[in-house]
Amino acid sequence: MKTLSIRNLHASIGEKPILRGLNLDIPQGEVHAIMGKNGSGKSTLAKVMAGHPDYTVTEGDVLLNGQSILGMEPDVRARLGLFLAFQYPMEIPGVTIANFIRAAVQARLPEGEELEATEYYAKLYAKMDELSIPRAFTSRSVNEGFSGGEKKRCEILQMAMLQPSYAVLDETDSGLDIDALKVVSSGVNALRGPEVGMLVITHYQRLLDYIVPDKVHVMGEGEIVLSGDKDLALKLEAEGYDWVTAKK
Amino acid sequence: MNTETKPDIDIDRSVGDFRYDVDYAFDAGVGLTEKTIDYICDVKGDPDWVRKFRKDGYKKFLEKPMPTHWASKDLENIVFENIRYYLSQGQAPKRSWDEVPEDVKRTFERLGIPEQERKFLAGVEAQFDSEAAYSNIKEAVGKQGVIFVGSTEGLQKHPEIFKKWFGKVIPSGDNKFSALNSAVFSGGSFIYIPPGVKVSHPLQAYFRINAQNFGQFERTLIIADEGAEVTYMEGCTAPKFETATLHSAVVELVALKGAKIQYITVQNWSANVFNLVTKRGLAHEDAEIKWIDCNIGSRLTMKYPGVVMKGRRARGEVISIALAGDGQHQDTGAKMVHAADETTSNIISKSISLGTGRSTYRGMVHIPKHLKKCKNNTECDALLINANSRTDTYPAITVRGQGHSVQHEASVSQINAEQIFYMQQRGLSEAAAMSLAVNGFVNDLVQQFPMEYSVELKRLIDLEMEGSVG
Repeated sequence: MKTLSIRNLHASIGEKPILRGLNLDIPQGEVHAIMGKNGSGKSTLAKVMAGHPDYTVTEGDVLLNGQSILGMEPDVRARLGLFLAFQYPMEIPGVTIANFIRAAVQARLPEGEELEATEYYAKLYAKMDELSIPRAFTSRSVNEGFSGGEKKRCEILQMAMLQPSYAVLDETDSGLDIDALKVVSSGVNALRGPEVGMLVITHYQRLLDYIVPDKVHVMGEGEIVLSGDKDLALKLEAEGYDWVTAKK
Repeated sequence: MNTETKPDIDIDRSVGDFRYDVDYAFDAGVGLTEKTIDYICDVKGDPDWVRKFRKDGYKKFLEKPMPTHWASKDLENIVFENIRYYLSQGQAPKRSWDEVPEDVKRTFERLGIPEQERKFLAGVEAQFDSEAAYSNIKEAVGKQGVIFVGSTEGLQKHPEIFKKWFGKVIPSGDNKFSALNSAVFSGGSFIYIPPGVKVSHPLQAYFRINAQNFGQFERTLIIADEGAEVTYMEGCTAPKFETATLHSAVVELVALKGAKIQYITVQNWSANVFNLVTKRGLAHEDAEIKWIDCNIGSRLTMKYPGVVMKGRRARGEVISIALAGDGQHQDTGAKMVHAADETTSNIISKSISLGTGRSTYRGMVHIPKHLKKCKNNTECDALLINANSRTDTYPAITVRGQGHSVQHEASVSQINAEQIFYMQQRGLSEAAAMSLAVNGFVNDLVQQFPMEYSVELKRLIDLEMEGSVG
């Protein structure tokens, strides 16, 4: 089975270790959730997988369908099928959403092959309709002056267009009101399927009411301290995180 | 000598692939003396008043100091004695295609420039193919009474209009380089638009390339009579590969009452060129002059397009993009002289510095005490790509009196590493991400260029960025 495997991953920022021997397998077709307190290393895990230059991996490996991706540039990892929905998506002034996604789709084509504009727009508009995104959105600069909900919807639109084999959603629920949360969740659910493995990082159980995970993992001190099914999330919501750490 | 002064030379335009053998050759030699000027006058058949104008310019050139007290010390490296001040077409430096540097060839290829034009732009051969296209434009606008000729033909055949405005907007003694241009000018365009005529298509100097328009010391004069409108475009995005190291042009615009002139420049000089240009327009009552200027390449460019708003409610605008590559210095900006009530000026400047490139914004806005209700808006934004890139801003805004409205905004930004990471996470290479960010930075200004220019500009920025990353 095709899997995104994280093996004994240690990573630090500067001299400070953040991930301390993390193990996790996400097979294609499954949705896993990672929960944990602030500072447990959840977002660091997402950035390390994507290849953020601020982090140094000191030990362990990340394998995408058996192939180690550590040491690859972030764009190479992305073209291999890894997508990260950012907690804080960056603004790119002067670059429209349509042109940005187009450049990203184009980057995945073989050298010398030109993206067909009419096909591209047909697909873009279809995905936007699914996510209830108005057409005028495409001519706005990427994330510039967007509300929290618009930023997250824009991330999901990009994910839908790029069709990754593995997607990491970093606190996609942060800054969303309940209506936006429903729209974003239904967008994510629409992308679920046997061809994609997802890792949903969240602080609150609330998101998991809408994106129901196959497995839930609890992170603490830079490693996975407990794994279970979706009921684990409910227990965490009711009882907090302290019992998990105490048990350890 | 050029074709303008030899109208009797018969060119068979029905043959697409003709060769034009130039068996006459004029060369003023190296260095500049009064004799050089006499030589140029004799060859071009200048009338006496032009000879006097040139000599007067020469005198001022000798008197004027180099502007090195405020400008780049690099100017001191210009060796005036080594420069050839006049070359006829026949004497254009001969070189073979093999001598053209690889990077220039590559850029031609990437910009999709046709074979023939590549050779012309590389200085390998003169090109005459465009003459036909130029003739078509001339014919179309000629019916409306528009005059669109070279400066030599302009001063010879239309002295009554030419003489009235020539050297009036930019006097010879304006600065050392305008004086130099006044002494040795050749090439450039003369355009006159009669009252009320609105020229629908932009007039392009590109079609006049064989008529010495790309000369070192070209001189352009455009007059839009009352209520007339015209857009003029010069240059192209292809790198102009020069052996000459000094380019010093003078461009004068006159917009009479209610007229509109838009002057668009895109220039991409090779890295050995000093590009020192004086451009200024005179806007009468209710007239509008807009400079849209894009400077790429060169060793040092100094260019501050200006508008003197002489009549009530006149408007002046400068939109400029500068890209300073490794080792290059783009010293550009704008000059806005308010000389009547209710005049309005707008300056928007964006610069990008790559590698050790340096971009300088230098702006002068002058609103004197006795005027009422003048407005100026200045925005200058600089983008630094590498840690060793440099930018400076020298805005000089003098506002006296009351009831004026002046705004100035400046920003310096760097492409943020998080932005690049974000774009890379979407699959774009670091260089592609940089290009996209830079294109985004200038996007609102690039939109103001005609379509074909804006597409080429984007490609050109991509090319420049490729070299600066990794």
